[in-house]
Amino acid sequence: MVETTIKDISIEALRNGDRAEFAQMVDAYSAPIYRLSLRMLGSEQDAEDVLQNTFLSALTHLSNFEGRSSVLTWLYRIAVNEALMILRRGKPEVNIDDHDSSGEHDDIRPTQFVDWGALPEDELLSVEGRQALDHAIQNLPENLRMVFLLRDIQDLSIKDTAEALNLSEANVKVRLLRARLMLREQLSYYYGERMKKEKSND
Amino acid sequence: MTESTHNTCEGLLGSLSDYIDGELGAELCRQIEKHIAECEDCRIVVDTTRKTIDLVHASNDPQTDLPDDVRSRLFKRLNLDDYLKPSTK
Repeated sequence: MVETTIKDISIEALRNGDRAEFAQMVDAYSAPIYRLSLRMLGSEQDAEDVLQNTFLSALTHLSNFEGRSSVLTWLYRIAVNEALMILRRGKPEVNIDDHDSSGEHDDIRPTQFVDWGALPEDELLSVEGRQALDHAIQNLPENLRMVFLLRDIQDLSIKDTAEALNLSEANVKVRLLRARLMLREQLSYYYGERMKKEKSND
Repeated sequence: MTESTHNTCEGLLGSLSDYIDGELGAELCRQIEKHIAECEDCRIVVDTTRKTIDLVHASNDPQTDLPDDVRSRLFKRLNLDDYLKPSTK
């Protein structure tokens, strides 16, 4: 994770208004916050707004930071809330708080059993393949996408993901499973079609 | 896929994330491995789910820096212009 490669940020110095320390924190964490925002919103302008608002909000609310989570997890939490505000402007129904952690798997039961896992890496990661993957991630419902982005793309632990989204760990696990299976399903359609085409060209 | 009883397709589905993330106990792993040795559909689901996550990691470059113009506007907005040059990275 990013945090392990950077110098420790002193919370005390931040609270004392140490601007050099704050600049240090901004440089340490702005890239992951920007990347997450870009993935959440799909627009460079919106991502930049979230980035700026996240650090402005962090500056204002430093006294509220209790140190229970890492600084980065705390910043992710602010960024997620900023991003949700932007998402709700267009779609007021966007909500990640619903408690859908039932044990039923009916809606995620796999239907595609194409064995595409053995395809060569360069084919899986072709420009077109990457686009299909990005598209599939973008198509995930909001409440699953947020969990997926934090856990599988930003590489947060289940615990930190739960903390950043204000959800229970059980809920995060259920959403993560759904997100992964939905992505798998979409990629199976995509690679299944490609395998069919290749076969018919032989 | 077989219908829902534990240690079958349904049971595997519920534990799939933990299994892939290496967070299941040895006994449950053994049960899952026994099941996927006999159930081709579940073997494919496990393999392609794992591959999906691998692809997500492979296509995501965590080293990507913040674009210079975005960094510059961010520092200005935060009144940190004086720390903009030289880079504090």
